[in-house]
Amino acid sequence: MQDFDYLFFLEVLSGGLLSGVMYSLVAIGFVLIYKTSGVLNFAQGSMLLFAALTFVSLTEHGWSFIAAFAASLALMVLIGVIVEKMVLRPLVNKPPITLFMATLGLSYVIEGLAQLAWGTQVHELDLGIQDVPLELSGILISKFDLFAAAVAGTLVAALTLFFRYTRTGLAFRAVADDQFAALAVGLRLPRIWVTVWAASGLIALVAGLLWGARSGVQFSLSLVVLKAFPVLVLGGFDSIAGAIVGGLIIGAGEKLAEVYVGDFFGGGIESWFAYVLALVFLLVRPAGLFGQKLVERV
Amino acid sequence: MSVEVLSTPHGQTDAAPFAPYVWPAIVLLVAYAAVPLVANSYFLEALLLPFLALSLAGVGLNLLAGYAGQVSLGSAAFLAIGAFAAFNLNLRVPGLPTLVNILISGVIAALVGIVFGLPSLRLKGFYLAVSTLATQFFTQWALTNFGWFSNYNSSGVIDAPKLSAFGFEFVTPVARYYFTLSVVVLLTLFAWRVATSQTGRNFIAVRDNEVAARVIGIPVLRTKMIAFGLSSFLIGAAGVLWAFAYLRTVEPAGFNLDRSFQILFIVIIGGLATIRGAFLGAALIVTAPVILSRIGSFFLGDLFDSGVLEMSQRVLLGVLIIAFLILEPDGLAALTARMWKGIRTRLGVAASN
Repeated sequence: MQDFDYLFFLEVLSGGLLSGVMYSLVAIGFVLIYKTSGVLNFAQGSMLLFAALTFVSLTEHGWSFIAAFAASLALMVLIGVIVEKMVLRPLVNKPPITLFMATLGLSYVIEGLAQLAWGTQVHELDLGIQDVPLELSGILISKFDLFAAAVAGTLVAALTLFFRYTRTGLAFRAVADDQFAALAVGLRLPRIWVTVWAASGLIALVAGLLWGARSGVQFSLSLVVLKAFPVLVLGGFDSIAGAIVGGLIIGAGEKLAEVYVGDFFGGGIESWFAYVLALVFLLVRPAGLFGQKLVERV
Repeated sequence: MSVEVLSTPHGQTDAAPFAPYVWPAIVLLVAYAAVPLVANSYFLEALLLPFLALSLAGVGLNLLAGYAGQVSLGSAAFLAIGAFAAFNLNLRVPGLPTLVNILISGVIAALVGIVFGLPSLRLKGFYLAVSTLATQFFTQWALTNFGWFSNYNSSGVIDAPKLSAFGFEFVTPVARYYFTLSVVVLLTLFAWRVATSQTGRNFIAVRDNEVAARVIGIPVLRTKMIAFGLSSFLIGAAGVLWAFAYLRTVEPAGFNLDRSFQILFIVIIGGLATIRGAFLGAALIVTAPVILSRIGSFFLGDLFDSGVLEMSQRVLLGVLIIAFLILEPDGLAALTARMWKGIRTRLGVAASN
């Protein structure tokens, strides 16, 4: 057997970790909504698609980056408000699985509307970052991956700070802790829900742009949610820290598996590997990464 | 008596004045005697065959999700497993009767279902639902990646063999309709027996309160595995019908995540934990796109191209799901039961006057 190529290993690992940051970003969009309203928002992926499609289409119509970004964000906030009014409020006190089904329906609606509005063709998205390899002490790292990870990391850090140090953040944490207690002290649940949906809309927009720049803005963008699910199983649906660490583990594990054992399986294992990784992890540690109480043992 | 209460576990009381067997009997009579007389081959091939196959899949998922409370997002995987198992059995075991083939393929799907149901022993709710996606992706990957499953067919699309039973070949639409109908009726009867038996009551007990179920001595683990197995068996059999009787081709691409959601929607729209709900839901899901496209082309003519149509269908389907969850969480089954009750009350009032 030939010598193990450490440099190559590190290269694959860093590539995996960088894409893991993007998984984390998508996963955090889920976590925010889950924590405050107990909804596993399947529509996150279609929101991502809608946001990116809107942004790309507007820039193609000659809008500036800032204007298109603001308009897309405004649209996401609008969706948040509508969802709160039309879907979440009528379904208050329904079992979580019902709410999940509702977001499944919602994702169909948003996907359909997005493509009715902007068409189904693939859009190129250029964020002005060349995807050239960068050499760091012998390891080649994609410059775009680095940029994407930096943006995602910054957003995650900003959100963490926001939720830790602002009044709204405090209200958010109160709601996440105990909805009834939060209501009792006078917090306005609907307003917080809208805020949270807007925040996850922002995440959807940023994540949509980053993913879209890499693979083109098209329907398959909404399937990014499927990449985030194993991260959520691993890290817990209600833990931001879990989403970050889980994303890194899944990202790195997936890349390493693809490179080192992928050929053994005949390739293409990335469609399911993350799920199996998450499940195997849970078999060993049923409590998940951060001791989730929700994963009950039977 | 107690069976009657438990068979409608969401507290809807079946207010039919007749014995519970009269309505299914009437439906069967219509399905066997009247439908082939009035239906043309388009109606049979494009609507009734997928309706029957999806209904059976809905019944299967309903055992798992509705009765046993374990939500699965990987139903299409079991359709695929059933279809591909039947294809391979037919190919590699010469002279195997189609009906036996369906049974064995269902059993194969059931075994795979039990394996992929194992996470349910530790995971619940969302964690489990998300984990079942693994089934979906792994199966699709395995079926496309390993040529053995499709007999090294380069296009990945295989012609399905002809259906045959007791020396007859079922080739014409009407014949295939009768074949499918008979299989679906038999397996639905089986599912209904399961649902109203001790096993079905165990499912409901596990769904409603696992701890309580354990306290009264229900083997929770075994019950969950039985639920996964039976559900996968029925969905697998539905997959054989879908591929052999309806599409007459076998290809992994048709069994994607959208199909899984479609079956889930059938169960939700039809009504959880009801057998007839699966049929009502499937009827709606199968006919809605056709009706929409008819309406669309009638009003907008050529403006309504296929892309727009597909997207509008998505939107409509999504709105339908949300509307059902908000307005009628117990589904079409509850809706029809209530309508029937209303009609009866009015008739009763009229009669007493």
